[in-house]
Amino acid sequence: MKLELGKIFIKDVQFADHTYVDKGVLYVCAAEIEKLVLEDSHLIACRVELAHPGESVRIAPVKDAIEPRVKVSGGQIFPGIIGKVNQVGCGRTHVLSGAVVLTVGRIVGFQEGLIDMSGPAACYTPFSETQNVCVVIEPREGLETHEYETAGRLAGLKVAAYLGEAARELEPDEITVYETKPLLEQIAQYPDLPRVGYLHMLQSQGLLHDTYYYGVDAKQFLPTIMYPTEIMDGAIVSGNCVAPCDKVTTYHHLNNPVIEDLYKRHGKDINFMGVILTNENVFLADKIRCSDMTGKLAEYLGLQGILITEEGYGNPDTDLMMNCKSIADKGVKVVLITDEFPGRDGSSYSLADSTPQADTIVSCGNGNVIVNFPPMERVIGTLDYVEMMIGGYDGSLHEDGSIEAELQIVIASTIANGFNKLSAKGY
Amino acid sequence: MSKIKVVHYINNFFAGIGGEEMAHVGVERRVGPAGPGLGLAAALGDEFEIVSTLVCGDNYFGEHTADAVAELLGYIRADQPQLFIAGPAFNAGRYGFACGTICKAVADDLAIPVLTAMYPENPGADAFKKHMIIIETRNSAADMRAAIPKMAACAKKLAHGEEIGSPQEEGYIERGIRVNYFAEKRGSERAVELLVQKMRGEQPVSEYPLPVIDRVEAAPAVKDIRKCKIAVVTSGGIVPTGNPDRIESSSASKYGKYSLEGMERMDKKDFLSIHGGYDRTFILENPNLVIPLDVLRDLVKEGEIGEIAEYFITTTGTGTSTGNAKKFGEDFAPKLKADGVDAVLLTST
Repeated sequence: MKLELGKIFIKDVQFADHTYVDKGVLYVCAAEIEKLVLEDSHLIACRVELAHPGESVRIAPVKDAIEPRVKVSGGQIFPGIIGKVNQVGCGRTHVLSGAVVLTVGRIVGFQEGLIDMSGPAACYTPFSETQNVCVVIEPREGLETHEYETAGRLAGLKVAAYLGEAARELEPDEITVYETKPLLEQIAQYPDLPRVGYLHMLQSQGLLHDTYYYGVDAKQFLPTIMYPTEIMDGAIVSGNCVAPCDKVTTYHHLNNPVIEDLYKRHGKDINFMGVILTNENVFLADKIRCSDMTGKLAEYLGLQGILITEEGYGNPDTDLMMNCKSIADKGVKVVLITDEFPGRDGSSYSLADSTPQADTIVSCGNGNVIVNFPPMERVIGTLDYVEMMIGGYDGSLHEDGSIEAELQIVIASTIANGFNKLSAKGY
Repeated sequence: MSKIKVVHYINNFFAGIGGEEMAHVGVERRVGPAGPGLGLAAALGDEFEIVSTLVCGDNYFGEHTADAVAELLGYIRADQPQLFIAGPAFNAGRYGFACGTICKAVADDLAIPVLTAMYPENPGADAFKKHMIIIETRNSAADMRAAIPKMAACAKKLAHGEEIGSPQEEGYIERGIRVNYFAEKRGSERAVELLVQKMRGEQPVSEYPLPVIDRVEAAPAVKDIRKCKIAVVTSGGIVPTGNPDRIESSSASKYGKYSLEGMERMDKKDFLSIHGGYDRTFILENPNLVIPLDVLRDLVKEGEIGEIAEYFITTTGTGTSTGNAKKFGEDFAPKLKADGVDAVLLTST
């Protein structure tokens, strides 16, 4: 599969009476976005607000972040959810790089997070540096939780696809071509380089902890193989609900850092063979079945090395370790990427499970550290739920609007796929 | 400005009172610095004053630890130091144990900064490195010249309440505390580099060296459950409506103990789950799915189990540190035993 990914760099976002891009500025029509969102009868109100880097703005509770993209050729974006079920990963895709759709609104679970656009906590989330179109939604009274989650998820994806259309006819500022060939040809292309794969563990612990692959709930599939470029066209979308710091948002699926960094060395010192997808189901039988299969697939693909990432912590640490052991036992070199939860004093075990094969780990930081968030002039959404959100606690929210909470309340702050520079070391 | 007062602890050997044959000597207080304290005083400079040096034989300390600590603490409280330093102990095992023990006692009792130094393989290092800064030395007193400046530099920072840097920067033995920092490259890029090294046959350094996690042995099976008193303990976050103890929805710092008296089943009007790590929809409808009181009452009536404790113990499992979890267990297990509980039904979610 070969994909041309054309990026149009967006350095500002502003309101206008129709949606278009001019000289790096994304102009958005709030009325059209609201109309689009309110097509869903589960939602009774929608308001669009803009947030720019450096502003005194706090956004909460944030559900998902999505980058506007459009398929110029080779199918439709977000297949099986927004686009029809169709094969993606080939052709040409345009990206409004630097613009992000954030879905915001009354909390679904405890699992939504916050974003500060400036101040000392802004550095922990990539979305303090993007031009954000915040879609603030309000559900119908009494809407059942899972239906609310679905409505919120679809609203964000629809708006991102709608904004992405503005990129269709544009000339990209940068075009990168990504290509992975069918197995035998890929092996033959770089016969002397070590064959490397990526095991992408998708969150699938259950209702409200889901991820979708071509519209299929990940807990219902068995481990499978994917061309890396498929993910860039929205083959995987987030089901929103996992601890905020750990949340692999749809944005992070579209911009998977492991895939990008493996492609950077593809043909230089590694031969990047492709991606194995698996899930993180809660039943032990599923964990055994799926980790057996990831080992089998790694062996079948002839991999010599593999990177593994997880989404979430605690229960999925067991999947991480079982996958590590299963694959390492096939003679494949394994490096794990994870984050740490060693307690507020930093001295407990960072992970809930371990195996001797997990001897090479990259840390994406300690999510239990207490962070102080100063008051912001403007709040997009509401702070009503701060003390219930993961990372918050009794007394987290102060009268002046400042917050004291664990770092895990910040969206994607310790995301366990290596997207950020945050790490932790032993003191 | 008055000087920062320091009390220094050394063993009999470094105080010039013989060697092994004199290790039985008890506690002695000397005014001002002595032995290695002379070099330490010079390195600390004019801002500091070693007001006293406490000496004790390593055997005396080891064999009469409680007495030695009490006697030493008496002297230290009287001197009112702002900083306490022990050693360096190098590879002397009993001396290392004494340095760690007295430093921990001083930190707990006087709440002042403490510092010691020893060789990483000194058994005192493993026993106490979690509790204090232990400057890393080599295995013999020949390293004194190198150890003293490192101790002094760190002591100054501790006394001034300045941030202590990483073990590499300060030269101490890692305490096992995980501290955040921003790396130069993002995690995925670092991971690819580590993988390439590993595939070349090298063993790169893991950013998180995995500890050996304690495994709890399962208790022996109950002999006759029909005679047992059963209590329910859960990490499923079930609390009385209103969450009176404000247990967190993740990273719990506390647990709760709530009555089941007079209840035939868990009513959704009385209980809910505040757990932030699973879908609570079904539990909010029926809390018996996590605290199966309805079934337990039936089993008692049917004679299948003896009786049930008229309360349950609960916390939130998600994100809760193993340190906190262990502390909760150590706190409530004796209460359960005292109440005659024979077995616990532990429900997770």
